[in-house]
Amino acid sequence: MDLEYGPEYDAFREEVRQFLKTYGNRAPAEQGRAARPCPEAVEWQKLLIEHGYTARTIPTEYGGYGAEPDILKSRIIAEEFARAGIPGGLANQGISMLVPTLLELGTEAQKRQWVEPTLKGEVVWCQGYSEPGAGSDLASLKTSARIENGQFVINGQKIWTSTAKQADMIFCLVRTEPDAPKHGGISYLIFSMDTPGIEVRPLKTMTGHAEFNETFFTDVRVPMDQIVGQRGQGWFVANATLGHERGMLGDPDALENRFQALVMLMQKERVGQGRAIDNAVLRDRLAALQAEVAAMKYNGMRILSDNLKGDPGGMAKLIVKLQSCELAHQISALAIDAMGEIGILYHGSNREREGGAWQWNCMFQLGLIIGGGTAQIQKNIIAERGLDMPREPKLAKPAPAEQGAAVAARQKQGAA
Amino acid sequence: MDFGLSQDQQMLRDTVARCLADTCPLNHVRECAEGEASYSEKVQSALSELGITGMMVPEQHGGLGMTLLDAAVVAEQLAYAVAPVPFLASDVLAPIALAQAGSDQQQAEWLPKIASGEAQVAVAIAEMIEARDGAGVTSNGGKLGGTALFALDFASANAFLVADATGRLHLVPADAEGLKKVPLTTIDRTRSVGELRFEQVDAEQLADDGGATAARLRDAGRVILAADSLGAGQAMIEQAVDYAGQREQFGRIIGSFQAVKHMCAEMAARHEPCRSLIWYAAHAFDAASDEATLAACHAKSHTGEVYRFVARTSTEVHGGMGFTDLLGLHYWFKRIGFDRQVLGGPETVRAEAAARQGWTQAA
Repeated sequence: MDLEYGPEYDAFREEVRQFLKTYGNRAPAEQGRAARPCPEAVEWQKLLIEHGYTARTIPTEYGGYGAEPDILKSRIIAEEFARAGIPGGLANQGISMLVPTLLELGTEAQKRQWVEPTLKGEVVWCQGYSEPGAGSDLASLKTSARIENGQFVINGQKIWTSTAKQADMIFCLVRTEPDAPKHGGISYLIFSMDTPGIEVRPLKTMTGHAEFNETFFTDVRVPMDQIVGQRGQGWFVANATLGHERGMLGDPDALENRFQALVMLMQKERVGQGRAIDNAVLRDRLAALQAEVAAMKYNGMRILSDNLKGDPGGMAKLIVKLQSCELAHQISALAIDAMGEIGILYHGSNREREGGAWQWNCMFQLGLIIGGGTAQIQKNIIAERGLDMPREPKLAKPAPAEQGAAVAARQKQGAA
Repeated sequence: MDFGLSQDQQMLRDTVARCLADTCPLNHVRECAEGEASYSEKVQSALSELGITGMMVPEQHGGLGMTLLDAAVVAEQLAYAVAPVPFLASDVLAPIALAQAGSDQQQAEWLPKIASGEAQVAVAIAEMIEARDGAGVTSNGGKLGGTALFALDFASANAFLVADATGRLHLVPADAEGLKKVPLTTIDRTRSVGELRFEQVDAEQLADDGGATAARLRDAGRVILAADSLGAGQAMIEQAVDYAGQREQFGRIIGSFQAVKHMCAEMAARHEPCRSLIWYAAHAFDAASDEATLAACHAKSHTGEVYRFVARTSTEVHGGMGFTDLLGLHYWFKRIGFDRQVLGGPETVRAEAAARQGWTQAA
């Protein structure tokens, strides 16, 4: 056990702190970063790239800072920004999912065209993966792209396309080979949201807001070179980015900040002559959550340390999405309980606290428990990949290429 | 930066694991638990040969001068094997107390014997945390009176370290006049606890440091109990996964049913972060960090909750077999039950954690 980062890193931390002290007042408020970043947020993003505090390891020829990957420095940046309560670099789907995918699998032309403006917040992307009939079983997606006159012609529907209203571009999974086995008939296309034939309808959720959309495609024509990877390789391409999304949803700093906000709330909320935190039962729940937040924090440090040793991290990493989303939800739920009847105030009501943020969070975090791989899918992954337990037998008729795997799976179950 | 076990600690873990795999199979645990002996001499002497009895004894007194993180690594392995041997009090807490607050003479008398395995010293500090049944020990002019419950590593002890109502520690030989020892029988037959009744008993006080050493014992004890549950939980999860991978019903391996698979995944998901939490708590103790007490509280209370869930869930995955004596799964279940209650259950410990952070003071 050695929790010291060492003198080189202490110096780096000091550098980050100095930066935050000098420039922190230029940071936009959190809302400025929504969907399409406001001009201050774009300026802030450019300043951060210039200093290497975001897009740090992306090569300079694509608009990044071009540093060697250094897990500890990245971690220090995240820690210091969180500690200062100053928003770090933009973390929209274009930056966290599309950019790494293009850098890994895009053509030179694609990288040159899209990476830099995306990093700078000038081009906003949305993700077209899920469909009404393809959620957990994403590979069963049906939105089709037939080829006509040297173009893809797209028809179908996507759902959960957050930021589709504001987005300039979409990265989208479509079926290009309807006769191929389901994972093998998918392609990964990128195209403009201004293309004729695209209709975006807001999808109002339980929170009362439309954080997502449904996006409909009717004969949407896309040039053949706007594909990432080869035809039929889209599943592989998309999985490269799904990994990035799962990593994104478990941020120990965010959990700690939410927890600290909860402690402050419970110390502030008056109940009779006392405070919410004076209620022994609520206080007990608070202390229980604190221990869980601590466990996830140290689990995160362990993953970081494993990564430093070149170990991708096994079980410690597989459980992060499941545990973090649940914990975030529980933190909000306790906040609501601590407020009692005040906790149900919403929709800008009189006496509402913090703009109804705790209720919104509690509901939205339930959405996050479901989205990005449901809790149940996460448990399958933990059991099958982490504990090496047998897979669920597939009842649907397998496509020819999958039959071999299905037979092997049945044999493993001893039922062949 | 390295958040994890050092190479030496991994070696220690593997060595202890191998030693226990050889000397402490389940049928031996069963013999001990069902027999009259208070612990397994065979396992104890094998561990003593590895230096485990002296691991926390400073080197100048014949020990290895190791850390609480090292001890946590060992505790995990002992619980994984449900080893029926004294450890928590005699190998960890007593050496810490004597090294920190013992007189030169006390150290010279006890530490080398603890290290060699010749002597064991039990520790009774339960009343520091909460007094049940009106128990409590008073000290008047070097004489102890009252009762101490749940003295740890009780049966085989040659002496007892006892905390009085003010948190001062006293050393009492097992054969002291006026001392009555009453064994307490718990669900967990692999560890020994008992009650001490004092009537004008002569005792040697350790250095009076305002309860600082006793507080260290409480913190260390909590971390080791948490590590014990970690090892027991690991064993129970592995056994559940193995069983679910073999047992067939409805023509299928039951582990392919999501109802069963998800129980295993939930255990693993709650179990894994506990390892890091315990490592951190042990490290904070070793570094005497300001966070040590709070980290020990977190480790103890959180593992209390997680492993209660693991213990019942693993049992359920085993179906009816889990409920039988035959399978022996209950030895781990009971070990976890013991760890949860001793030195403060989760609610008690969380109340302490809250008070420590000023959450209970009115604004």
